[in-house]
Amino acid sequence: MADYQIKENPEVFDAIVVGSGAGGGMAGYILAHAGLKVLMLEAGPFFDPAKDALQLRWPWESPRRGASTTRPFGDFDAAFGGWQLDGEPYTTVNGTEFEWFRARMLGGRTNHWGRISLRMGPDDFKPTDGVTDEWPITYDEVKPFYDRVDRMIGIYGTVEGIRNEPDGIFMKPPKPRLNELYIAKGAKKAGVPVIPGRGSVLTEASSEIKGRGTCFYCGQCGRSCKVYADFSSSSCLVMPAMKTGNLKVIDNAMVREVLTNEEGLATGVSYVDTQSLQEYTVRGKTVVLGASACESARLMLNSKSSAHPGGLGNSSGLVGRYLHDSTGASLSGFLPQLLDRKRYNEDGVGSVHIYSPWWEDNRKLAFPRGYHIEYGGGLHMPSYGFLNWVPGVNGKVAGKNGEKKAAGGYGAELKQDYRRFYGANVGMAGRGTALARKDNYCEIDPTRVDKFGIPVLRFHYKWANEEIAQAKHMQETFQSIMHEMGAIITSDIPGPETLYGLEAPGKIIHEGGTTRMGNDPKTSVLNKWGQAHDCKNLYVVDAGPFVQQGDKNLTWTILALSMRTAEYILEQKKKLNG
Amino acid sequence: MNRRESLKALGLIAAGSGVLATACKQDKAKDAAAAADTEKLPGVQDFEHERNKQLHAERFFTEHEMATITVLADIIIPKDDISGSASEAGVPAFIEFIVKDLPSHKIPMRGGLKWLDVQSQKRYGNAFIKCKEEQQLALIDEIAYPERAKPEMQQGVAFFSLMRDLTSSGFFTSEMGVKDIGYVGNRPGVWTGVPAEVLKEHGFDPEKFFG
Repeated sequence: MADYQIKENPEVFDAIVVGSGAGGGMAGYILAHAGLKVLMLEAGPFFDPAKDALQLRWPWESPRRGASTTRPFGDFDAAFGGWQLDGEPYTTVNGTEFEWFRARMLGGRTNHWGRISLRMGPDDFKPTDGVTDEWPITYDEVKPFYDRVDRMIGIYGTVEGIRNEPDGIFMKPPKPRLNELYIAKGAKKAGVPVIPGRGSVLTEASSEIKGRGTCFYCGQCGRSCKVYADFSSSSCLVMPAMKTGNLKVIDNAMVREVLTNEEGLATGVSYVDTQSLQEYTVRGKTVVLGASACESARLMLNSKSSAHPGGLGNSSGLVGRYLHDSTGASLSGFLPQLLDRKRYNEDGVGSVHIYSPWWEDNRKLAFPRGYHIEYGGGLHMPSYGFLNWVPGVNGKVAGKNGEKKAAGGYGAELKQDYRRFYGANVGMAGRGTALARKDNYCEIDPTRVDKFGIPVLRFHYKWANEEIAQAKHMQETFQSIMHEMGAIITSDIPGPETLYGLEAPGKIIHEGGTTRMGNDPKTSVLNKWGQAHDCKNLYVVDAGPFVQQGDKNLTWTILALSMRTAEYILEQKKKLNG
Repeated sequence: MNRRESLKALGLIAAGSGVLATACKQDKAKDAAAAADTEKLPGVQDFEHERNKQLHAERFFTEHEMATITVLADIIIPKDDISGSASEAGVPAFIEFIVKDLPSHKIPMRGGLKWLDVQSQKRYGNAFIKCKEEQQLALIDEIAYPERAKPEMQQGVAFFSLMRDLTSSGFFTSEMGVKDIGYVGNRPGVWTGVPAEVLKEHGFDPEKFFG
């Protein structure tokens, strides 16, 4: 490194946006459309679903038949990355666990996400349970932004009038699949409501949405969509923003630090080109972090200066604190009524067709808040391991001769069993509110760096009794629905020894809370606009600002809040110039 | 863009004709499968492609092991009236690839094949593939049904379960197997719900959203 040199970009941008997922994409979109000169830095490569999606490929086009060897959700899934990235480690404090999923690509995790697009409700912003913290903003303040996101990006669903499950501006929802009809019927008997799903997939053409196709029902949203019929930040926000001529994207740019001046204001960022390893600095009047909750916290903690000795915007000491994922637990089974079922194409959409919003009264329960249930199963595209469950259960039901046989087997009879059981499976998964607690956090590991020399994160996360009680409740609900629908459970029913199947924190990929917003600079990192209390031209637009998630998958709220923050930035600029 | 325009954008409607060019697309898919070994598909990352090439260039199983895998795969999924056998669908080559791709399968497979040969040798004085068919099946009967297998056969049960899973994966994800199992999706269309006759068969009301 004799010729080590940092290249300085001479241009001063109105705004630098770090990250191109839901939060960064929306901020870039709003700012660029308002005429600001915006630079967006993305740590991964450029990704255009129209060219790069592995949509409509057949299982035999993958040598591993779609197995999840190099991509956690299988060979055709859109996410470049996963819980482990080569050369970019993270650590955990002994006795705690956290799994950190990162997608390094334009659009980030919005390329592969489930498109489940739920609004947080009035009680999610202002909880009444006496345990969880309230936000500095109300549902009514966010509602206009949710409405605009609905119109701008497109979402299907139905108006239900459920108080804490606010309705949106919906396109028509996809009809239920056959197993979903059985689920709805069984759930109703078990006292669990089921309503049509809410997903950001264009089931109709809209005059307000240009340059995107309408869903043609391949059920493969996870692979990202070649006609842009579902929401990916890459196709729906970043690329349209580039077309304004005001947004420039530099890909393969891993941001190292936010640079500040003596007054402590942000002046730009430094980054490393991950391909050439050349170091750069670039200046901006405003810096917007949308790198993901943990990555943005890491960046702030790694940006130390005399004005910000504990890390940028961290006078409260709370950057990285209040980290929380969603809870998750699941159960699988099959429906004997669906054995030897008639074949037809039921791919549907790649988001949920149905779900169960939280229905219980917490006063009777051992935990605050709740969870919703997502359902699966059916005649899906074959892929690695998709029939592995069959030899374990083919002894559980009588054959055509009316007799049960031993499970397992081989030969013509087994071949027939695979056909018989295909599409008869059902699954259910709970996604619930995990508590945002101060003592669950990420911090800079004092001894480790990644391959770029950037200090890495160390996690400290433990589930509390409330989350375990919630998982127990999920398992009891799942069993009750399975029973009422006449299904046979194929999973081992998880008990206390596995925390009732509660997934490790980070596994649900809904992490947030690391730069929480609030009115008091001593107890929060950002104000209610997503602006750092300690650094007026630094904003965070990912899930970091979340005070406390509901059980609602967080993307729709990230989009609404990022839009709100971006417009606040525009107002502030106007005030300064005016 | 409406749905028709979506399909045009995908190149799935032949210009002017309005006919889905499905047949043509499937030919392309076949070519792509053949090319997957050497050619990098769009959207596949460089490191993934390099890894695939490297795995294809390596060889794990010996000739004898591959011959045994082929016999076992066809015992598990034989040819019948609907489709061909596991080996006709390329299952042995898939198994050769997947154990290199997921190396945790390597020892269970190699050791399991050896276990099978040792058992065959003890009982019939021959390697498994050299035994008569009824001898082979008599041994398989002792490891194919986990709940009734004897305790001393449990290692064989574990091996056969893995072999059975890899065989069903390989077979039913092949072009032949996808057709056999009756998966008719992965093509553009319109989802209007479960067909009315199926709803009726299952006692649901076609007029109601939730039946």
